[in-house]
Amino acid sequence: MSERVVIDPVTRIEGHLRIEVLADDGQITDAWSQTTQFKGIEMVLRGRDPRDAWAFAQRICGVCTVVHAIASVRAVEDALDYPVPRAADTIRNLVLGSQMVQDHVIHFYHLHALDFVNVTTVPQADVDAAVAAAVALEPDYALNSAGRFQAVKDQVTRVLDSGQLSIFTNGYWDHPDYRLPPEVDLIAVSHYLDALVWQREMIRVNTIFGGKNPHPNFLVGGMASAINMDNELTINQVKLDQLQALVAGTLNFVRDVYLPDVVAILGAYPDYLDIGRSSASFLAIGKGGYNCSGYPSPPNGFVPGVMLDGELTVRELDLDRIKEFATSGWYRYPQEGIGLQPWDGETEPEYTGPTPPFDWLADDERYTWSKAPRYDGRAVQVGPMPRLLSAYVQGEAETRDDLDPLLRRLGARPEQLNSTAGRILARAVEAVQIARQLQVWLDDLVTAIRSGDDRTFNPDKWEKDTWPAQGKGVGFAEVARGTLSHWVRVEDGFVSNYQAVVPSTWNGCGRATGQLGPYEQALVPHPLLRPEQPLEPLRTIHSFDPCQSCGIHVLDVTGAEVAWSRVQ
Amino acid sequence: MIIPDGDLWVVGEETLGEHLDRRGISRRSFLQFCAGVAGVLATGPLAAGRAHATLSADAIADSLSSMTKPVLVWLQLQECTGCMESVLRSGATTVEELILNLVSMDYNELLMAAAGTAADEALAAANAQDHILVVNGSVPRKEGGAYTTIAGRSAEAILLESAERATAVFAVGACAHWGCVQASRPNPTGAVGVDAVVTDKPVVNVAGCPPVPEVITASLVYTLVNGSPPPVDGQGRPLFAYGDRIHDFCPKRGRFDAGQFVRTFDDDAARSGYCLYEVGCRGPDTFAPCPILRWNLAQDWPIGAGHPCIGCTEVGFYDRFTPFYEVLPNLRTPGTGVEADATTVGLVGLAAVGLGVAAHAGATALQERRASRAAEKVFLPLVGDVPTRERPLGSGAPEPASTPEEDQR
Repeated sequence: MSERVVIDPVTRIEGHLRIEVLADDGQITDAWSQTTQFKGIEMVLRGRDPRDAWAFAQRICGVCTVVHAIASVRAVEDALDYPVPRAADTIRNLVLGSQMVQDHVIHFYHLHALDFVNVTTVPQADVDAAVAAAVALEPDYALNSAGRFQAVKDQVTRVLDSGQLSIFTNGYWDHPDYRLPPEVDLIAVSHYLDALVWQREMIRVNTIFGGKNPHPNFLVGGMASAINMDNELTINQVKLDQLQALVAGTLNFVRDVYLPDVVAILGAYPDYLDIGRSSASFLAIGKGGYNCSGYPSPPNGFVPGVMLDGELTVRELDLDRIKEFATSGWYRYPQEGIGLQPWDGETEPEYTGPTPPFDWLADDERYTWSKAPRYDGRAVQVGPMPRLLSAYVQGEAETRDDLDPLLRRLGARPEQLNSTAGRILARAVEAVQIARQLQVWLDDLVTAIRSGDDRTFNPDKWEKDTWPAQGKGVGFAEVARGTLSHWVRVEDGFVSNYQAVVPSTWNGCGRATGQLGPYEQALVPHPLLRPEQPLEPLRTIHSFDPCQSCGIHVLDVTGAEVAWSRVQ
Repeated sequence: MIIPDGDLWVVGEETLGEHLDRRGISRRSFLQFCAGVAGVLATGPLAAGRAHATLSADAIADSLSSMTKPVLVWLQLQECTGCMESVLRSGATTVEELILNLVSMDYNELLMAAAGTAADEALAAANAQDHILVVNGSVPRKEGGAYTTIAGRSAEAILLESAERATAVFAVGACAHWGCVQASRPNPTGAVGVDAVVTDKPVVNVAGCPPVPEVITASLVYTLVNGSPPPVDGQGRPLFAYGDRIHDFCPKRGRFDAGQFVRTFDDDAARSGYCLYEVGCRGPDTFAPCPILRWNLAQDWPIGAGHPCIGCTEVGFYDRFTPFYEVLPNLRTPGTGVEADATTVGLVGLAAVGLGVAAHAGATALQERRASRAAEKVFLPLVGDVPTRERPLGSGAPEPASTPEEDQR
């Protein structure tokens, strides 16, 4: 007899996610991914000045906070045929890249680690043994010290002894599948706290160019932060020196601490290389951080494309094959199963579920605020793992060099990246790659400034009277959680339609075309020892880094007539 | 950061002062921590009586000394999580200090370990006792609340449950304040702010999209220290942070007064750091502490980085202040009416102050609770972390590169 199990709220994510499963004898036998929030930002965007659109779209999400703004300005610039100076491009890359590295680190330590790390064993940890283990693993990290670990141990002990557990209240601490020795738990908790300090520091790359984070400022036509080496209020040598320090500090932490921590922790959970396997179809238009106006053409010959049905070959992306379905979503759709091209798409909610409060949604065919995108009828995964796998399959040298030793060490095959552990590992490897790339971008910026190529804004198309009467555009970006695109139509100087096509829609969607969405596939089958303590499925859901406020936004791409003539 | 010691102070057995002495912690180093808190709180308005905002480090130290750990319920309703991310960035009172030392944050979906039923039970347990309530996110009222549900209940139901025994209510961020982007024209989900739902007790609106991190944490610390929330303006915004216009403390104000304006981005004026008023700056209409506190360990702030203020601490800014890059109406020419108009805005804000303060006279439950607990035996891990700071908090100085201080192997 199957038992109905509901996980709501799924915590340590962005937005609101509910998971309903059927469980039988320690195994999940069916699963439903349900996004339980809708905001309607695309509807708010209609009729606005397209130069303002980024500031609205950015508020889709405050965790990935940079990505919707970048996709938005890219889409508007495509619609207005508005070229951007090289320095502004580089600055955007620095802002997006630094935010992605930060996002990955926060995801691992603050949103995911407590699925594997038991904070309640910390009082039993032997500090000297922990130091020895940590130093062996991460010799270059200064805070793997007895003083630091003792301080953290005492701190945690005090919180636990007080009986007021704060964020640790009601955790599944007596679950038998917490496997790490107390010393590793102590190391991880110590790095959890260190990572909080680190992320506050390194995100100032965003502040230098965008004035603040969360929600830094952007600008259609460039970036607002002017460069003048001889002024104290602009990007000058002091700021460049600061950037250099921040970029170096960013790489140090992810290379010396985050990635080794991930490898060490996964070493205790090797079965998760075979748990959480989801759809074997993947989409990636570039490496992490790539962003563009119009059709993607990433650097270094990376082929934007898909891998389908477990085949480890990359086929060039064919946008005609992307369709979206409202089969399981609460949306009004003129003709079920036939999508609309994004420039013409619509976001019209139509709630047909029970009036809250409710206990169970999965009896209805429609159960989520997410639509269901499909590529050639398949549910596909997006994110760091598909990006890395695509680069690996394409033979990209950096990715081969990074991944091969790690796969050997974990005894894993490349296709096992399609797993809970694989998604976690890929995210950490990607963080190191992007952190390296930050230095490349910063060097590019300095080189540009040196050669006098220091314009950050192109004024030529700023005024409305320079715009076409009608224009449509798309902006793409490979962001923390996967492939993002924004689609805009501009008429007579105003936004006439706006659609965001978002990673968590791909990953977190529900059923369509006879297939479960990727979260759902990853959970069927799946271990679940204690239905009242759904620790194991949380590990797998968190491995996708859910961002459900993003996921509610819709994709409306038709099969037949994608008008690519402008952008190709 | 976290510098503990297993020797707990037990309320009732010794005073905090005795406890600190016994542990060899000087009042001076404790005061360093308190001075940092005072630094943030002291950014308040010029006009509206500084008294409330200029608590001395001594006063704060005295007050913290008598504190127990209050329970904190931190809801996230219809929102983007940017406000919690902002809290993670706070460099004065840090998030780790807040949730491990100052309060017991028994419910917060972004950070809590528990999920599902276990999380919902933690919420119910916290709601059943006196607690401080912080809310991020708006409440969508259309479709019976189906536009945001948590544990099968509507955002409105969750909010009302949590507000019932709340001793203080903070609406943090523009969504909780008035609905923000989703409440802008045409407001598809019927989103409203917290004070449209919680009408039987005062709501403090920590404004901004998101608010400056240190303002969020300082609003809470202020309440812990004083036993009641900070005085507010007519919109419920704490005066220590929202008492003055950006325009009045803008380092580019001299350029404004001299008529030195950026005409288009990256022009010679932009490259000289001139005033952004003519490319749409909303600073003259916006009450916020950004030019004083700045963002991300005081690295910089929007206008400092060359982009005009979009006025995100003001109600309705997505409708009132757009198009963002057009000059503010009625403020076109410096020296001829600008100040008259902008000052009018200012006076409206200040006139409402008295009302806001009066409303807060009712929020004394926290103090009563504190008094009732004083006789109990309560563990208080608060102070262990306090004295080891290397520098005053909120001083604006960045923390040392990635790190706390010990390095003894």
